[in-house]
Amino acid sequence: MREPVIVLEELTKQYGDHVAVDHLSLTIPRGEIFGLLGPNGAGKSTTILMMLGLTEPTSGSVHVCGHNSTREAIEVKRKVGYLPDDVGFYDDLTGLENLLFTARLNGLSREEGTARAQALLARVGLEEHAGKKAGTYSRGMRQRLGLADVLIKEPEVIILDEPTLGIDPEGVREFLKLIRQLSKEEGLTVLLSSHHLHQVQQICDRVGLFVAGRLLAVGDVPGLSRQLFGQEAVLIETRVSPCSDSFLESLAAMDGVTGVDKTANTLKIHARRDVSADIARLAVSAGESLHYLAQQEYGLDEIYHRYFEGGM
Amino acid sequence: MHPFWVIVQKEIADHLRSWRFLILVALLFLTCIGSLYTAMSTLREAVSKDDAQAAFLFLKLFTVSDGTLPPFITFVGFLGPLFGIAMGFDAINAERNKGTLSRLLSQPIYRDYVINAKFVAALIVISALLFALGFLVMGMGLIAIGIPPTPEEFGRLVFFLIVSVLYVSFWLNMAILFSTRFRQASTSALAAIAVWLFFSVFYPLIVNLIANATFPKEAVTPDSVLSHQQFVQALTRLSPSQLFSEATTTMLTPSVRSLGPLTMEQIYGAIPSPLPLGQSLLLIWPQSVGLLAATAVCFALSYILFMRQEIRSRN
Repeated sequence: MREPVIVLEELTKQYGDHVAVDHLSLTIPRGEIFGLLGPNGAGKSTTILMMLGLTEPTSGSVHVCGHNSTREAIEVKRKVGYLPDDVGFYDDLTGLENLLFTARLNGLSREEGTARAQALLARVGLEEHAGKKAGTYSRGMRQRLGLADVLIKEPEVIILDEPTLGIDPEGVREFLKLIRQLSKEEGLTVLLSSHHLHQVQQICDRVGLFVAGRLLAVGDVPGLSRQLFGQEAVLIETRVSPCSDSFLESLAAMDGVTGVDKTANTLKIHARRDVSADIARLAVSAGESLHYLAQQEYGLDEIYHRYFEGGM
Repeated sequence: MHPFWVIVQKEIADHLRSWRFLILVALLFLTCIGSLYTAMSTLREAVSKDDAQAAFLFLKLFTVSDGTLPPFITFVGFLGPLFGIAMGFDAINAERNKGTLSRLLSQPIYRDYVINAKFVAALIVISALLFALGFLVMGMGLIAIGIPPTPEEFGRLVFFLIVSVLYVSFWLNMAILFSTRFRQASTSALAAIAVWLFFSVFYPLIVNLIANATFPKEAVTPDSVLSHQQFVQALTRLSPSQLFSEATTTMLTPSVRSLGPLTMEQIYGAIPSPLPLGQSLLLIWPQSVGLLAATAVCFALSYILFMRQEIRSRN
């Protein structure tokens, strides 16, 4: 395994009686894009704040880049760029001035800072808006400015809290592409939290499912799906007409099929192995017209729902 | 440049660019002109009335008035708190509401840099402004009356300005305290203004009430009257505006010999001459220390409050 960059050990945070983060242990190696996935209020932001030393853990420890976040917060913050959800900028300053301020807080001179800020503004596609006041920026532009702001200190790790919240789908796609690209080119370790399953799925190497302060499962998406769905590793979606009852019965009886869900003429078939060819043959021999047949891998959506349906 | 001074620099730039600051400067500038004008028109009468004090003619520019407009010293006592409150009431909560505080604190700086830098920046702006205005009045007065201030008068004016800065920074710190405590800038502004009104309007009333109620009714002896008087004075001195007005009046009116009651024995044999600067300073030492202490308490409270707060984005 590669060198670990973020190490959480038995991390716990309590607010009065409420346990926000419950004995969380997690290790993230260098260069990985890790998605922390969970519903609102699961404790994602609290975990992130503890990594940055902005909140003290009740017990347990956080180490980032070899420094204890609680004791050596300054060292950690030197190496970690943090983009809070709904990042704020000084509205009266231009985008460039906002970046320059951050650069100078990180000990860069005015000249170095300006050069680096301009390069980064170009990188995130804001060079035309560099001279405009940050107050006039749209949500998506602010988010991209936020990314530039995070990168100006040349961090080893970047932590993004709900980075895609409130941006349009096209903007999200571009933003995530940018993060992926940065991570690969600069060898950045990225931790991003989200409750948007699909987005995280697109770019993360690994995801952790975080609910009510506990990490329920960790792994890459196919791995998680195997871990959770066990036998029912394959989902086949098909549309047939007229979709008679006798066809459904023989479908359910087919070897390898574990379940059939029917909505209108669309069938969702859970199976142990790929049985699409058998389904096609069966449909044709039963006199059904087959309109559509596709095999799907379980996405995070299903993984997610399965957890909540299971009441875990 | 050290990150601390980077923040200070930005804060000063923010203050100077803001509309709020422009309005305050305009207000204070008008004050200067107005008070100088009324002082000018009354100066002649004031001088002829008491010749013994003619030596301190220049200081009269700051203290006399014809009754239509208050003199400079009263203006500063009145507008100073407003100035301090306006500079500080949204120091912390505006950053928090704009979501810039969490971004700022995720930079490699210590948390107290933020609040210290806010205080230092506002203090620098306030000092620069008050000194500029004070010197402006001096300069214009010099041109108008043509008599230069003596070194002692100049010294008194400088100390007056220092006490004014101290007074304004007390209100500044109180406003910063409220801005740390209250999430809404309007709430903290209102709270600070409420405290200001309390001390400038209601507190003297309350002290009066207590004074009347506790006045010794039976067997009035000089001792009991004196101790009652001292008790009432101690009460009024809990108010920072009282401390300020005592301190500045003493600084600008050298004939003030004592801030408490004087007995006949003490006055007997005293030469009715103005006090030298050193003695005036000694006289206002408790007042200045009191103001400084109140300022420090406010700052310490907001510091502790701020260090213990959890900083999340926009809440």
